[in-house]
Amino acid sequence: MHHIIESGNVAAATGVKLSRAQVIAAYPITPQTPLTEKLSEFVESGELDAEYIPVESEHSAMAVCIAASTAGTRAFTATSANGLLYMNEQLHWAVGARLPVVMCVANRGVGAPWTVWNDQQDSMSQRDVGWIQLYANDHQQIIDSVIKAFRLAQTVSVPVMVCYDGYLLSHTYMPFEQPDQQKVDAFLPSFTPKHFLNPEEPGNFNTVTLPDIRPGVSGAIEPGYIEIRHNLHQDLRGALDAYKEIDEEFAQEFGRGGNPFVEQYKCDDAACVAVCIGSLSYQLRDVIDSLRQEGIKVGVMGVQMYRPFPDEAIVEALADKSSVVVFEKALSYGNQGPLYGDIKSALYSCSSRPRIQNYILGLGGREIQTQQLMDALRRCCSSPDAIEDTPRWIGLKL
Amino acid sequence: MAEKTTIVNLTEEEFVYPGNRACSGCGLSIVYRMGLKALGKNTLLVVPPSCLTVLQGLYPVASTKLPCVNVTFASTGAAASGVRAAVRALKKEGVNVAAWAGDGGTGDIGIQALSGACERGEDIIYICYDNEAYMNTGVQRSGTTPQGVLTTTTPIKGKLQTKKDVPAIIAAHGIGYVATASAAFPLDFYDKVKKATTLPGPKYIHVHTPCPPGWGFETRNTIKVGKAAVESGLFDLYEIENGQFTLTGPSKKMLGKQRRPVTDYFATQTRFKSLDTKHIEEFQRLIDAKWEQYSSMS
Repeated sequence: MHHIIESGNVAAATGVKLSRAQVIAAYPITPQTPLTEKLSEFVESGELDAEYIPVESEHSAMAVCIAASTAGTRAFTATSANGLLYMNEQLHWAVGARLPVVMCVANRGVGAPWTVWNDQQDSMSQRDVGWIQLYANDHQQIIDSVIKAFRLAQTVSVPVMVCYDGYLLSHTYMPFEQPDQQKVDAFLPSFTPKHFLNPEEPGNFNTVTLPDIRPGVSGAIEPGYIEIRHNLHQDLRGALDAYKEIDEEFAQEFGRGGNPFVEQYKCDDAACVAVCIGSLSYQLRDVIDSLRQEGIKVGVMGVQMYRPFPDEAIVEALADKSSVVVFEKALSYGNQGPLYGDIKSALYSCSSRPRIQNYILGLGGREIQTQQLMDALRRCCSSPDAIEDTPRWIGLKL
Repeated sequence: MAEKTTIVNLTEEEFVYPGNRACSGCGLSIVYRMGLKALGKNTLLVVPPSCLTVLQGLYPVASTKLPCVNVTFASTGAAASGVRAAVRALKKEGVNVAAWAGDGGTGDIGIQALSGACERGEDIIYICYDNEAYMNTGVQRSGTTPQGVLTTTTPIKGKLQTKKDVPAIIAAHGIGYVATASAAFPLDFYDKVKKATTLPGPKYIHVHTPCPPGWGFETRNTIKVGKAAVESGLFDLYEIENGQFTLTGPSKKMLGKQRRPVTDYFATQTRFKSLDTKHIEEFQRLIDAKWEQYSSMS
C-alpha cells in the first residue's frame, strides 16, 4: 500500500485497474475525460490487461459494456451529464439484464443551456432506472468505492454507478492510499456469471416476455415481466445488506470504511443536521465546526448510497433531531429536491420527526460560499418555526 | 469464391427450429436458417428489436439453438463489438460474433453504431436482412424502402424518396468484405456467410428478404418475388472484397444478357400499385443505366 497525490479521475482509473476490468468502453465528455485517458494509457502500456473500445457515443459505450458483461467479462465505462442521459435507455437495459457493470459518473450539470460545471442533476435524474448509486466525498472514497462497486455488482447482479463531483473531485489533486493489488485480488476475485453467452449452453438473453407467467419446454412455470421486475426490486433492497457486509470486509482488509450508507460528522449530540450528497458534506464540516464555536449544536451527514435508498440508516440518524437541512445540487423540477423528498418519505412513519428544510444550491457550478451555508444553518437551527416545505435557493442573483 | 455449396453437400445441422414465430413465407426465416448453418455452433449472436426478435420466440421458449443477446435498437454494432471484446479478453479462439438486424435497425437507427464498429475494424459479421420497411411494427416506411412503395406511413402516394444504399455506405468505410444476397438464392447467401467467417475485421452482408404481408404477395411466392427482384436487375448480388466490386452468382450471369422487365417484379406485389406508367418507365431507364455501367466495368 502506498500514498499517491493524484486527481479524482485518476483515483477512479486506478480503482478500475486494481479491479482488473476486462472490457472498458468510453466516449469522451468533460469532466470525465482524464479518467478514460488514464485507462487507455494503462491498457496501451500493458499495465492493465483489458480491451479498450473507443466507441462513437455513450449509448454505444453502455452497449459494449452490456454485451461484454453478457459474454462473461468485467466491464466498465464512465461518463458525465448529457453523456449519461444519452445512455438512459441502456441504463435501463443493463439493470433489466442484471449485469454487473460498473460506471463512474463525474457529476456535471445538464444542458440546455450548456454548462460543464458541477452539480448532480445528471445522476440524480437517473435514480429510478434501478442502478445502485454510490457517491464519493473525496479521492480515497472514489478509489475504494470503485473496488467495492465491482464486488457489489457481481454479488447482487445489479450494475453500480460510482458518482463524484465534477472538477471539485475529478480535477483536484489530493493524496490517497492506493491499495495493494494482491489484497484487491483477494477481495475481488475473478468472476464468471452463472449465465453468459456460451455455445455449450446456448440461451436467448433479454428476449420478449409476456404479461403473464408461462410454462417453459420442460413444463416448469417461468416468470412474466412483472415477476422479473419484482425480483429486481427485491434484490436491490437486498443490496443494502450485501453492501454493508462488503464494506465491513473492506474495512477489515484495508482499514477504511464502516459508513456504507451515511457518513456522520458531529451528529451524535446535534439538534440540527445538515444533509447532502458528495464533496459538499466535507465542505460543510468546517461550517459545522464554526457554528459549534457559536454554541449551535449542529452536525453534517453525507449520504453515500442513494439507491437503493438506505431508509433505516436515514431514520436512525435523523428521526430524533429537531431540524434537518437538506442541501441539494439537483432538483426534481416542479417539485423539490429529490433527496429531500426521499428523506421526508423515510421519516413519515416515525412518531417523532424533525422539521426539514430543503436548499437548492450550486447548480451549474455556482460557487457555494461558507457564509451562505452558515447563514442557512443558523436560520434553521435558531428558528425552526421558520422552516417551510418549499425549497429555498442559495446564492441566487435575480 | 470457394467451391459452391449445393443442396447435396449443405450441412444438415440445424440451429433454427421449425414452429418458430415467423409469418408464413417469411424471407427472413429462410436466410436465418441458412445463415446460422454457415456460422456454425461456435457463434455468438447479437439481435436488436426486429422481426427476428419475434421469430426467435417468447420467453421462456426459443427457436434458435445458438447463444444470442438481444440488445437495444440503436446499439447492434456496438454490442457486437462488446461481445467480440469479451471473446478477446477471455482469450477464446474460433468464435464468430454475428449481428443480425433489419434494414431500419441497420440503415436508420443503427447506422451510427455500425459505422463506429466498421471504423474501428471490429472482427464481426453484420447481416442486414432487408425487407424494405419497418415490418415488425406494421409496415412503416424506412430509409431503405424503395421509391413509390406504399407503406402504412406512405399510404396514398407511396414513398417519395429513393432507397438508401446501405451496402455502399458501409463499403465507404473501407472494410474488407461487403456483399449482397437474396433469400431467393439461399445457397449463394450461405457461401457468402461462410466466406465471412474466414475473413478478419468487419464483414457486412446485406440480404434481400421478401415479406408477404408487408409487400403484398401470396406466401407461396417468396422465392419467385425475390428472384424477380434480382433477375430484373433491381436488387443486384455482388461482393466488394478489399475494395474490388464483382457481381456474383445469378447477377453475374445476367451481364450482357436480356434482363426481365422491372414490371415483372412490380406486378408481383400490391405495394407498387400506386406506380404509374411514367414512374415505371423511369425505373426501367435507371436500371438500364446501372447495368450499362456494370457492363462497362467488366
